[in-house]
Amino acid sequence: MSTQTPADPHVAVVATAGGVEDGPLVMADGTSLKQALRKSQSRARRRAFLLVLPLLAFVVLTFIVPIGQLLKRSVYSPNFHENMPALVAWFDASPPGTVPDESAYAALVADLRLLKKTKKAGLVGTRVNYELPGSRSLFTKGARKAEKLEPPYREALLKLDPRWGDPALWQVMRSAASPYTMNFYLAAVDLKRDSDGSIVRVEENRRVYLMLFGRTLALSLLITFLALVLAYPIAHLLATLPLRKSNLLMILVLLPFWTSLLVRTTSWMVLLQSQGVINDALVALGIIGDDGRIQMMYNKIGTVIAMTHILLPFMVLPLYSVMRTINPSYVRAARNLGATSWTAFRRIYFPQTVPGIGAGALLVFILAVGYYITPALVGGSDGTLISNLIAFHIQKSLNWSLAAALAALLLAGILVLYWLYDRLVGIDNLKLG
Amino acid sequence: MALPNYASPLERIWHYAYLVICALIFLFLIAPILVVIPLSFNAEPYFTFTPRMLALDPEGYSLRWYDKLLTFGMQNPDAPRDLSWWADVWENSKWVNAAKNSFIIGIFATILATGFGTLAALGLSRPEMPFRRAIMAILISPMIVPIIITATGLFFFYSSIKISHWSIFGWEIPYLGIILAHATLGIPFVIITVTATLVGFDQSLNRAAANLGADPRTTFFRITMPLILPGVISGALFAFVTSFDEVVVVLFVGALDEQTIPRQMWNGIREQISPAILSVATILVVISVALLTTVELLRRRSERLRGVTPG
Repeated sequence: MSTQTPADPHVAVVATAGGVEDGPLVMADGTSLKQALRKSQSRARRRAFLLVLPLLAFVVLTFIVPIGQLLKRSVYSPNFHENMPALVAWFDASPPGTVPDESAYAALVADLRLLKKTKKAGLVGTRVNYELPGSRSLFTKGARKAEKLEPPYREALLKLDPRWGDPALWQVMRSAASPYTMNFYLAAVDLKRDSDGSIVRVEENRRVYLMLFGRTLALSLLITFLALVLAYPIAHLLATLPLRKSNLLMILVLLPFWTSLLVRTTSWMVLLQSQGVINDALVALGIIGDDGRIQMMYNKIGTVIAMTHILLPFMVLPLYSVMRTINPSYVRAARNLGATSWTAFRRIYFPQTVPGIGAGALLVFILAVGYYITPALVGGSDGTLISNLIAFHIQKSLNWSLAAALAALLLAGILVLYWLYDRLVGIDNLKLG
Repeated sequence: MALPNYASPLERIWHYAYLVICALIFLFLIAPILVVIPLSFNAEPYFTFTPRMLALDPEGYSLRWYDKLLTFGMQNPDAPRDLSWWADVWENSKWVNAAKNSFIIGIFATILATGFGTLAALGLSRPEMPFRRAIMAILISPMIVPIIITATGLFFFYSSIKISHWSIFGWEIPYLGIILAHATLGIPFVIITVTATLVGFDQSLNRAAANLGADPRTTFFRITMPLILPGVISGALFAFVTSFDEVVVVLFVGALDEQTIPRQMWNGIREQISPAILSVATILVVISVALLTTVELLRRRSERLRGVTPG
């Protein structure tokens, strides 16, 4: 695209061939040819890079930086550290495991009085509440009553609320005193720090996150498998039909791809509802009774069906583009050599489609693991995925650091798969229709 | 694929069974999209076919849900339908306003994504581009990273830089955050389609132009641009659809009055689900058919221009 050709191979060859006998070739202005070549190449590199630079800067600013900030939130939670200076100083001075003495309680009361002035009791209480549910009110109440407390502070506070003496509370406050913490990651995998600081699993009835990660993985695998099973026959048909016919049928694959996600999800809600089209049809056909309508929505079934439908084109397209390149004479040769059609498929055709299967399956799996909209609308309570829980912690429980830790774990998994995809398939081979 | 003469009876049966299976899978793909179309003309507020609809009784069908799209949110929906009624629709109808917002956001996001994206694709497809693979991976990542993570990140980022208060000469730019986010989400599609067009691009055409005395600018606008234009337009349409269909970012970073069509649909599905949603869905299906046709025609034109045998 530039006017001067940067690296004419002939010139280079002449240069090296001639250079052996006659010394280095030089340009008209006396610089060596090698140098001039390198200069023009680096200029071409710079030019290519400058074309990409605006977009790269844009994506870094509007995408990479916000996600980086989000990830920082998962380890950085400064509310307690910033608003409880006296108690933080006491924690710094006394080694872990020290039983809180009167000076600790005095520091605590001083900080509670400060909280009343700064009106930050809610923030601090929320921070502690993340790790010890139910303790937010302790801080708001403590701050309200702190003015009236008199020494000895230990007795006064315990009289106000005996929970102030709880070793678990002191353990949580100690860990919250540092603005950096790994506790949200522990919470994200159903672990917590015990009152003596050791890492243990949380109580049976509070273990939700690992189960949800597990469910997300299991459902994504199931959806990927179903998409593969459904995509393989039609991709094969599309690849073997004459182009004119297959282009027509391809519209049936591409139309869902171009149709709004919300439209497709709405359609599935219409179809799957207990008063919906499928149930009505089954009742009308007498297959099920009117009181035996199948519950297909607001559970796993709905999520799996709708997501398989939505992600199916992402499986068909890579499979199709690989199958299109397979030479049909291989299978014919196998048949000619006596293979049955099944053997010819199993030994000859199928192995050649494996790259397409890999590309499609990885893509569908990556997209499925992070899915949000469809499970949120049709998933009910047992068909939701990890993304929905992240949204819950952002919007409802307001435990942003925990949401950030969950997001970081999800993102890490997806980036590994993305790297794998780039390795195996190459991002530049991604095709859309 | 025709069946060979030597096929055994079992193979024949399998062949037809296979065709039936394929037909069923195609039905699975397309039926959910088509089913909303007749249901949107339902005269009753149900989401299923009423007996009168099945009997093809004209009484069972109506346009009331389409009418509802216009009147929902109007000040005087029952006034006579003259010019001032339509002005009321244009000003106050919730769905019409949502459509206006969606178009504004979509168009600006598309311009940003297509402009930056095409430029970058030109650079990325030069053989001397450094760190090609890594940069490509970064630019495609908005498509791969779960939307909830992007939306959450943007929610915190925008509130920390107070983007809603940014202004030019005292004019606060509406939707700025959403437009920037949607542009980012559309970029991978532009990059993918434009680089795909450039793969088949014959570089000797540029050299021929240069040889005939054209400067790089003339070469770009007279030779390169017309040839890659179909790919650029396809990419732009992809970017537009991405923005037009995006709801999660709008939910997280949009102000309460920044309603778009998907957000309005989202609210409708979660709260009082009414067949009006199905009439919106039908309109959106018609739009996607139009877009798909356009992209398909562009693809053929691009292949013809580049000398690839068209399908």
